[in-house]
Amino acid sequence: MQNQIGAPKGFSLTDPRVRAWLFQIITVLAVISLGWFLFDNTQTNLQHRGITSGFGFLQNSAGFGIAQHLIDYKESDSYARVFLIGLLNTLLVTFIGIILATLLGFVLGVARLSKNWMINKLATVYIEIFRNIPPLLQILFWYFAVFLTLPGPRAAHSILGYFFVSSRGLNMPAAIPAEGVWPFVIAVVIAIVAIVVMSKWATKRFEETGVPFHKFWAGLALIVVIPALSMLIFGVPVHWELAQLQGFNFVGGWVMIPELLALTLALTVYTAAFIAEIVRSGIKSVSHGQTEAAHSLGLRNGPTLRKVIIPQAMRVIIPPLTSQYLNLAKNSSLAAGIGYPEMVSLFAGTVLNQTGQAIEVIAITMSVYLAISISISLLMNWYNKRIALIER
Amino acid sequence: MKMLKSTLAVLTAATALGVASFAQAGTTLDAIQKKGFIQCGVSDGLPGFSVADSTGKINGIDADVCRAVAAAVFGDATKVKFSQLNAKERFTALQSGEIDVLSRNTTWTSSRDAGMGLVFAGVTYYDGVGFLVNKKLGVKSAAELDGATICIQAGTTTELNVADYFRGKGLKYTPITFDTSDESAKSLESGRCDVLTSDKSQLYAQRSKLGSPNDYVVLPETISKEPLGPVVRRGDEDWMAIVKWTLFAMLNAEEAGVTSKNVEEEAKSTKNPDVGRLLGADGEYGKDLKLRKDWVVQIVKQVGNYGEVFERNLGKNTPLAIDRGQNALWNNGGIQYAPPVR
Repeated sequence: MQNQIGAPKGFSLTDPRVRAWLFQIITVLAVISLGWFLFDNTQTNLQHRGITSGFGFLQNSAGFGIAQHLIDYKESDSYARVFLIGLLNTLLVTFIGIILATLLGFVLGVARLSKNWMINKLATVYIEIFRNIPPLLQILFWYFAVFLTLPGPRAAHSILGYFFVSSRGLNMPAAIPAEGVWPFVIAVVIAIVAIVVMSKWATKRFEETGVPFHKFWAGLALIVVIPALSMLIFGVPVHWELAQLQGFNFVGGWVMIPELLALTLALTVYTAAFIAEIVRSGIKSVSHGQTEAAHSLGLRNGPTLRKVIIPQAMRVIIPPLTSQYLNLAKNSSLAAGIGYPEMVSLFAGTVLNQTGQAIEVIAITMSVYLAISISISLLMNWYNKRIALIER
Repeated sequence: MKMLKSTLAVLTAATALGVASFAQAGTTLDAIQKKGFIQCGVSDGLPGFSVADSTGKINGIDADVCRAVAAAVFGDATKVKFSQLNAKERFTALQSGEIDVLSRNTTWTSSRDAGMGLVFAGVTYYDGVGFLVNKKLGVKSAAELDGATICIQAGTTTELNVADYFRGKGLKYTPITFDTSDESAKSLESGRCDVLTSDKSQLYAQRSKLGSPNDYVVLPETISKEPLGPVVRRGDEDWMAIVKWTLFAMLNAEEAGVTSKNVEEEAKSTKNPDVGRLLGADGEYGKDLKLRKDWVVQIVKQVGNYGEVFERNLGKNTPLAIDRGQNALWNNGGIQYAPPVR
């Protein structure tokens, strides 16, 4: 069907299809050989200069201390474990940052559309300030100008005697598992399952009969009552271990180090300003007719926003929101400026320097950020597909 | 077909170019003589070792080592360009050829000497890790530091030595690591850490930069050996020898009593055969090193002998006021010892 009149059969360079294929093959070969050349050249040069290469160093013991590790760590552990700790610290900041920035961003975005002059202007001022200052400066500001100017541990501000704020961070009571911990966990799981079942049943009934059901209050009752029963029967799930001043510092309890606080706060505040604008544009994109239609059906302002406007706005919000999440994850690498032990500062910094294996360490670090970013993208794309308009 | 040919041609040319530029070897000395200056990696600001003054000139013993090498190579100590590097950047800068010599208070260790494609040319300064604390804490010895929070510069041997020390003594500590020494010092002042740890010379230097230096005290313990010296790339023995012998020449000059003031006089009229060989009056020892005949004269005249450089940057009349201690010459109670020129 594609055969043109007069086109010669078989292999010929005058045949456009043959040429098209030929060029594709040449391009692929060129890319592969360039890649191979770069790899081989690097290898040769590394060998020539006597620089150790390969990934064997990951098994060697690290020999240095780390300020914050979510899993057990001692100096004799391997570089591989240091890598894991750096990764977890990065993920921790990313995770907390995404949640807080989303909440703050949504509130600000809605506030920006408020008819109340004061709220509206405050949100505008916030967005314009924090969106336009480079994130590294904000991190340094929170760290050096806010957290490090707090008093030392011996003069820490105490909140109710349980929380202590000082230049060493936020010390808080630690939850130590007690005898009732497993029954409590099981009770929470049961409560969650019960809420899901209840919610499905209520939705079904609503669709069939139109009778509404107070899902929120029923859910709240379930999540409070079932675990409370477990505590009554099996005892408390945790004991609280208080932080106490001893020697130089607080011992016991949990601590959020100022590096973590400054980084999380700065990234949250910075990213929230962008998210607010995204939310605002999302809501604006839903035509006013939708609000009028909802009102004419008798829906009040609250349900109109929740059930009509936001679901439609989400379709516009999600794609740019994803890229803000990606930005937050990548910006967490700015922590190197304040010594928070995440991937870049710990692995691409200290480990690189102690081992001198720049190429391997940087390659690993880059692939980690790539993997984190791709995971966030996939998750958000999946969510986007779920809420996308189903065209009929 | 024509397009195919041109594509291939471009590709071949690019590959050839790539090979050429990558495989470009040549010796470091040739390259330096061609470009007319030495690119020297120094610290990002450490008083006494390498720190920029108000005019942007870099002063310090590490910077002077580079100047001495320039004096030996070009007969002109000003033919140096400095790259200020933090601890994390330094080795990559040298490995990649961005700098010709790294003279940046860098500790000589086996893994750095053998596993990174680098080689140490000698020891400029014998140092050891110590602790700087606020007097308010009332700490008299490092053994009392259990539970302390410690500020360290990231990517240094100090990080490892502190870990070893506390592990060995069964003490607990929290390390806070910063990229630059200024950040660590700022954090000590703000109270983020109880202790600032570094090579002792750096502690004195850092203390001199604090708001109220007298509130801080350096603890008596020295917990490790930190021989600091210039580093060059492995595989170019000629260049390595030039850097190494520049350092030795400065030491030998001090030992022979040759100073920047009397060097020209000595070169002309010395009776001492040792000094004669050192200053090129007798023999062609500079030639072996591919240097000019009067290389030591230029070093000492323009930069000074080791003792002069030490006193100018670190000694009694500087804010650091560091004692010669281990860095005195071997015949003067120290361990600085240079093989002879002959």
